[in-house]
Amino acid sequence: MFSQLFSVFLTYVYTQNCYIREQAFTLRWPVRANTASSEGLDAKSDKNKTLWRHSMMRVHAKRAGVLLSGLMLPALSHADWGMNMVPGVTGTSNEIFSLHMTILWICVAIGVVVFGVMFWSIIAHRKSDDREPAHFHENTAVEILWTIIPFVILVAMAIPATATLVDMYDTSESDIDIKVTGYQWKWKYDYINDDFGYFSNLATSQDEIYNRLEKNENYLLEVDNPLVIPVGKKVRLLLTANDVIHSWWVPEFGVKKDAIPGFINETWTRVDEPGIYRGQCTELCGTYHGFMPVVVKAVPQEEYDSWLAEQKAAAEKERELTQKDWTMDELMERGEKVYATACAACHQADGSGAPPAFPALKGSAIATGDMAGHLDIVVNGKPGTAMQAFGEQLNEADLAAVITYERNAWGNNTGDMVTPKEVFDYKNQQ
Amino acid sequence: MATNQTYYVPEQSKWPIIATVGLGLTLYGVASIMVNGSQGESTAGSWALFWIGALIMAYMLFGWFGNVIRESRAGLYSPQMDRSFRWGMSWFIFSEVMFFAAFFGALFYARVFAVPWLGGEGDRGSSNMLWEGFQATWPLLNNPDPQAYPAPKDIIGPWGLPLINTVLLVTSSFTVTVAHHALKADNRKKLKIWLAATIVLALAFLVLQGEEYVHAYQELDLTLQSGIYGSTFFMLTGFHGAHVMLGTLMLIIMLVRIQKGHFSAEKHFGFEAASWYWHFVDVVWLGLFVFVYVL
Amino acid sequence: MSAVADTHAQAHHHGPASGITRWLFTTNHKDIGTMYLVFSFTMFLLGGTMAMVIRAELFQPGLQIVQPEFFNQMTTMHGLIMVFGAVMPAFVGLANWMLPLMIGAPDMALPRMNNWSFWLLPCAFLILVSTLFMSGGAPNFGWTFYAPLSTTYGPPSTTFFIFAVHIMGISSIMGAINVIATILNLRAPGMTLMKMPLFVWTWLITAFLLIAVMPVLAGVVTMMLMDINFGTSFFDASGGGDPVLFQHVFWFFGHPEVYIMILPAFGAVSHIIPAFSRKRLFGYASMVYAVGAIALLSFIVWAHHMFTVGVPIAGQLFFMYATMLIAVPTGVKVFNWVATMFRGSLTFEAPMLFAVAFVILFTIGGFSGLMLAIAPADFQYHDTYFVVAHFHYVLVPGAIFGIFASAYFWLPKWTGHMYDETLAKTHFWLSFIGMNLAFFPMHFLGLAGMPRRIPDYALQFADFNMVSSIGAFMFGATQLLFLAIVIKCVRGGEKAAAKPWEGAEGLEWTVPSPAPYHTFATPPEVK
Ligand code: HEA
Ligand code: HEA
Ligand code: HEC
Ligand code: CUA
Ligand SMILES: [Cu+2]
Repeated sequence: MFSQLFSVFLTYVYTQNCYIREQAFTLRWPVRANTASSEGLDAKSDKNKTLWRHSMMRVHAKRAGVLLSGLMLPALSHADWGMNMVPGVTGTSNEIFSLHMTILWICVAIGVVVFGVMFWSIIAHRKSDDREPAHFHENTAVEILWTIIPFVILVAMAIPATATLVDMYDTSESDIDIKVTGYQWKWKYDYINDDFGYFSNLATSQDEIYNRLEKNENYLLEVDNPLVIPVGKKVRLLLTANDVIHSWWVPEFGVKKDAIPGFINETWTRVDEPGIYRGQCTELCGTYHGFMPVVVKAVPQEEYDSWLAEQKAAAEKERELTQKDWTMDELMERGEKVYATACAACHQADGSGAPPAFPALKGSAIATGDMAGHLDIVVNGKPGTAMQAFGEQLNEADLAAVITYERNAWGNNTGDMVTPKEVFDYKNQQ
Repeated sequence: MATNQTYYVPEQSKWPIIATVGLGLTLYGVASIMVNGSQGESTAGSWALFWIGALIMAYMLFGWFGNVIRESRAGLYSPQMDRSFRWGMSWFIFSEVMFFAAFFGALFYARVFAVPWLGGEGDRGSSNMLWEGFQATWPLLNNPDPQAYPAPKDIIGPWGLPLINTVLLVTSSFTVTVAHHALKADNRKKLKIWLAATIVLALAFLVLQGEEYVHAYQELDLTLQSGIYGSTFFMLTGFHGAHVMLGTLMLIIMLVRIQKGHFSAEKHFGFEAASWYWHFVDVVWLGLFVFVYVL
Repeated sequence: MSAVADTHAQAHHHGPASGITRWLFTTNHKDIGTMYLVFSFTMFLLGGTMAMVIRAELFQPGLQIVQPEFFNQMTTMHGLIMVFGAVMPAFVGLANWMLPLMIGAPDMALPRMNNWSFWLLPCAFLILVSTLFMSGGAPNFGWTFYAPLSTTYGPPSTTFFIFAVHIMGISSIMGAINVIATILNLRAPGMTLMKMPLFVWTWLITAFLLIAVMPVLAGVVTMMLMDINFGTSFFDASGGGDPVLFQHVFWFFGHPEVYIMILPAFGAVSHIIPAFSRKRLFGYASMVYAVGAIALLSFIVWAHHMFTVGVPIAGQLFFMYATMLIAVPTGVKVFNWVATMFRGSLTFEAPMLFAVAFVILFTIGGFSGLMLAIAPADFQYHDTYFVVAHFHYVLVPGAIFGIFASAYFWLPKWTGHMYDETLAKTHFWLSFIGMNLAFFPMHFLGLAGMPRRIPDYALQFADFNMVSSIGAFMFGATQLLFLAIVIKCVRGGEKAAAKPWEGAEGLEWTVPSPAPYHTFATPPEVK
């Protein structure tokens, strides 16, 4: 009876899961196995040779996956389950992948030998078969041998590993430098050579997270503004953080590096294929650590150039916004948007917060009280709490808009408004 | 290795559980003083907990050690038992060494790696982009963010009080050894004089160290809050000072016991343990003097 | 002449006191051992329940059962409770019970301190668990509590957590001092160091590791305490400190810590495999040297947990090579176990089943450890479920199976009864299947890119997570069976002989079962 119920339950959940999985079939990390197929192979460049080697690795990987799944979970084996590392789209990631497969197979081989001997003993030397135990308990030659052999194997592994590592650490001669800053819980990308930057926030809706809406295929791996880089260029990333340690990871680049507050870590990547690549923050960074994706869009150089020009123009416009005269309605409209992206995660869309961790803004003493206090907490944050100093993260127009919005939304009808210019003055008098 | 001798297995004892309750209340009290204090809440209850715990601890220490001393004087302990105590004390001192090693490690790391990196040198030198104008120096007289951590005006030079303190401690290590020899020679008078001298030197050290702290806080603005220099300085010298205090207390207790006629020329492990501890405190100081003050 | 002078010995007839004071005031190594074991199992259930919360939330994508904040608290408390509450005390409990019996000592060297070491643990965990009910919640920064998440950004309860760690540390250090003093000083005449049973050897070395690294843990939490409450800047760059300093100090403790959790299991397995193979342990001397080598190497590999933090390349290479080297002595141990079984006369009672599974599954965990040690590859593995898979393979079928194997092996000696073999075998097989189902798919998840410490995940991870959760529930529920088996065994059952296992060797089998309250009042002679 109980077991029946249980299996009905399982079937139900399983089918539901299959459904979800089907939605995700076109998966991120799309299979690019044919990039190195015939059309590329006749080319003479070294690059294509490596590509070919990599595609062979992919075949190995597939075989390994199938083998493992065949061994471990025969009933469940399924090609699209994603059970191995991806070879990725950069030289680094491919090297790592080949290292990974090499060590994996070495370990499997050692395992086969060791467990083979063991199982033979288990099967062939049972007391129930009236086996008499042998009497040996020492053999110096054998013991020396099985100290040396593993050592040699390890040396063999260490050599390619060292080469790869040295390569990964070489951040010299980059074409573009981008500063990546981790914030609780978003990334900021600053194009330091071009003097603009922007935040990249999770774009998945709360409704999907709380199962009120169907999850889309990029569930939790989508952002509003991805990092954009040109293909074929060496991009140097300068990683740091604003609050706690984060870690920036894109599996397909083979790049993972911690972003540490107060320090800058360098790493680099060169992506050869245009596409959208997704990853996540991989260092526990507080409550919403799981909701801090990384999305990178690699585009051809021309596309990159025009995007760059657009961004610079937009940045210039933003700066002008501060000077512009704003009306209450304009501020409220803009404020609602800013609020939704920057504040609603904690204070909720309806301003109700999640006390006691996150105070309600609806009717809050600060949001309905003295303007200076409100400016202070939003611009400077409250150290030691999750309430960050938004003065560094939002521009004056956004700050003015969101503060005006908070003072007038959800029945906080104070009628107050603050202009970007006033915010600018407030920030600079400090 | 055991020999065929009497081994003393003590009867049931209430002291450990009392010690547990005492320590638990004390530390719970301390933690809630800190937490409530930082949130601006009343700490009266926390202090009460702390004091109750501390009193229980004091009661326990007298009781437990009293117990051990009584057993020891009743001749219940064999040489083998004595060896157990020796092993116990040696490994305890080793654990203390490792505790200090953590703080020395922090000091070396800050000096050799973190501060130079922040100042733009070495592998992670690009970090300096975040702290424009920051220069790596040691002693660190300007912090990366002077607003958050105002730097000290100056630091304590090694050749004043610290040097005197070094002399005091080294001498005290010497005097306690003389006292030990006197004990072994069963010369009680000499023993008392040299042990008393050790205690005087120890107290003098503590007084001077206190003076140094007052000077640092009041005149130099060298405080726990003045960046990594102040942090490592006060943690190392502070924990050392606390250990000196503990060692001095041990020595005083030894003097009291000697007055009461405890110990013999052959059996005096309590005294030896205290003197081992004292030497350990001395050696740590030498490390401090070199790495915190001189270099 | 009785060689044990007990001030009340005559009055008590060497028996335990009655009532609660027997446990509160005891100085008897067997009583204290029992208390450690009971405490440890309680913590295992508590930590396991938290793991069940984690697995339930991860059963499907989306947030269903708990909020992210609480999820983080569960992960943190699960790790802390399992490591400090379940595994370490279990081994100390085994040490208390078995060391004096194995070396022919009347008790531990410092019996009153022994009692204190134990009672500090419930005290520490009372404080730790009470943080769950404090405002701002329990620690939520992972069992590795990296600064500044745990300092500037930690909940108020962090201060309580710090003091709880201090108390655990004091307990462990005193326990370790006791072990060393006992082993070095109380061995029966004739038992030279190279005649000591391996469990004794592994514990001697474990105790050394404990004394060397627990104070360092105390040091690092003290620095946290100062950063939080007294304005120091150890882990804050604006004052010249470095968050990475925290990690160096933590892992200087943390890596030896993981060997603290496995070496005693190595020791126990080195008794069990020969016993059920009816053949002497192969390569005794190399076993001892291997443990020593592992312990020494464990001090110079810590930064393999920090390959992605930006350690300069020379350091990176050093730590990679040193870490890889550990595979050599560990391999020697594995080969020796296999060689012991080779051409033996094998039977498969529950202790042997657990021991054999230990060797196989620990080795799999070791292999994934070796993969993690390859620094460039670790850039892809780090902080994913591949790491979670690795350490559960060395901890669950490693440490925990080692403990189960020991428990079944010595239960007859402790209780005087044989446990129910059929139930025990059921316990083994369900655990074996459940555990592999729970943790093997985590390798795939990690390789496919699922980060650890997240309450919700992208859709392509859904299937393996579900499999894993089902396995975890199965494994968890099975442990209640173990509880039942032990209770049944304590209350009755077939009487156990002094030496219930045909192939077993050692002094502990020379005393009756159950072992009398006081044993080896006169040290036995070892030839
Ligand atoms: C009992 C606990 C235990 C044990 C024994 C080990 C053993 C090992 N561990 Fe593991 N480890 C953990 C517990 C343990 N670990 C924990 C808890 C973490 C995570 C902490 C956290 O972040 O929360 C971790 C994380 C961890 C990392 C960091 C991963 C990361 O965060 O990115 C690394 C990296 O090098 C590592 C390596 C190793 C190695 C090389 C061994 C070696 O000792 C293994 C050696 C054994 C073998 C190799 C198998 C047998 C050998 C042979 C059969 C011989 C022949 C073999 C070859 C030549 C290949 N471990
Ligand atoms: C010895 C140590 C040990 C042990 C034994 C375990 C045992 C288990 N662990 Fe744990 N684990 C760690 C040490 C350990 N773990 C550490 C150090 C971490 C890292 C923490 C961090 O990231 O900071 C971790 C993290 C960790 C994670 C990752 C969490 C995350 O990254 O967010 C997961 C996820 O599945 C997990 C699962 C389990 C499961 C299912 C068990 C099972 O084996 C548990 C089985 C036991 C029981 C279930 C209890 C017995 C049964 C009952 C009480 C009856 C009730 C039963 C039911 C309701 C079914 N563990
Ligand atoms: C990561 C979580 C988080 C985000 C995002 C966040 N806040 Fe807050 N906020 C907090 C917390 C926590 C507090 C309470 C601080 C304290 O302890 O006083 C707070 C307090 C406030 C207060 C004072 C409320 C009161 O009456 O105490 C205001 C106003 C406020 N936030 C505005 C904002 C605005 C505007 C934004 C977006 C631009 C924002 N917050 C984004 C966490 C957040
Ligand atoms: Cu940011 Cu995790
Ligand atoms: Cu490690």
